Amino acid sequence: MTEVSARGSSRPTRYGAPTQPATLADILERVLDKGIVIAGDIKVNLLDIELLTVKIRLLVASVDKAAEMGIDWWRDDPSLSSSAREDGSRKLERENERLRRQVEELEAQRDGGDG
Amino acid sequence: MAEPGRYVYAVCRAGDRAEVTDALTGVRGVADAPVGVLDHATLCAVVSEVDLAEYGEDGLRRNLEDLGWVERVARAHDHVVGAVSTVTTCAPLRLVTICSDDDSVRAKVDAQRDELERTLTLLDGRVEHGVKAYAAEPGATAAAGVADEPTGTAYLMRRRQETATREAADQAAADAADEVHTQLRELAIASRRYPPQDKRLSGRRERMVLNGAYLVDRSATPELEQAVAVLAERHPQLELELTGPWPPYSFAGGEPS
Repeated sequence: MTEVSARGSSRPTRYGAPTQPATLADILERVLDKGIVIAGDIKVNLLDIELLTVKIRLLVASVDKAAEMGIDWWRDDPSLSSSAREDGSRKLERENERLRRQVEELEAQRDGGDG
Repeated sequence: MAEPGRYVYAVCRAGDRAEVTDALTGVRGVADAPVGVLDHATLCAVVSEVDLAEYGEDGLRRNLEDLGWVERVARAHDHVVGAVSTVTTCAPLRLVTICSDDDSVRAKVDAQRDELERTLTLLDGRVEHGVKAYAAEPGATAAAGVADEPTGTAYLMRRRQETATREAADQAAADAADEVHTQLRELAIASRRYPPQDKRLSGRRERMVLNGAYLVDRSATPELEQAVAVLAERHPQLELELTGPWPPYSFAGGEPS
């Protein structure tokens, strides 16, 4: 049998897609509030760690930092990226979105009235 | 170093000291420091020196606010624990466990000897795998048709249908994720379901519906890989992603399900 090495930095296998290195999110999920807690001499406020975990889950990070982390989903998100926004077809999509929202609001008003 | 402290990464059995020391040759820990092994009775601790100006209480409070700093420390921590895990079983400690000197490390290890021994027994010869499932966002492709002049009733009906379709697809994806988890859980010694990562964190457009961690015998890794492949085929609406083997972080503390 092949010897399998146990490395956190090993590569994920994604079925039907190219492989990628372990993400920072995966690592943080495991090392931040998991593992054995030994009360060291330096008191790390547990609340600080919890807050940090929450912050990271919500990704309260700067755009530059996110880019460094390999997260660049906003680049083609028209609501966030000006280069994507200028694209004509995106404009149309946004217009459609706006119309849908309007209809949704109207529907909600009507349904509420039926109550 | 003005005020040196000890950063503790993991605890192993003293009997594995030689292999661990070997595996750590040339490995750099946090702050790019060389990593060593500190013996204490039946256990040994994997440690490196840190400057308490950066890793003391004040320093940590400040630095934990800095995601760049946290990332560097987390990656270094994982790198060291990973290097040890390639040669033997270790009990990984939580990020930023810091003692003032070697004697203090030994005292802390002593104080938690029972828990450490229990953990080493549970983790012995075992690794962790992560399995994530993504569901394609339903309705995302519907926008094209809406470009026609939307007119009253027809549009409303289509909207309703879309909503119903989306709800059904969401439910189907959630059910499929539950089934994947149940199946993998049966193969695993222990399992844990993390909250699905936000799209911004996963960096994926698809919605994550499963973020599971599974503890298996190292020799059972191929079995788990095969199970994931079979489940991926059975649930084509999900995209499954397998990570690991990881050191068994998720099962080192707390109560796994």
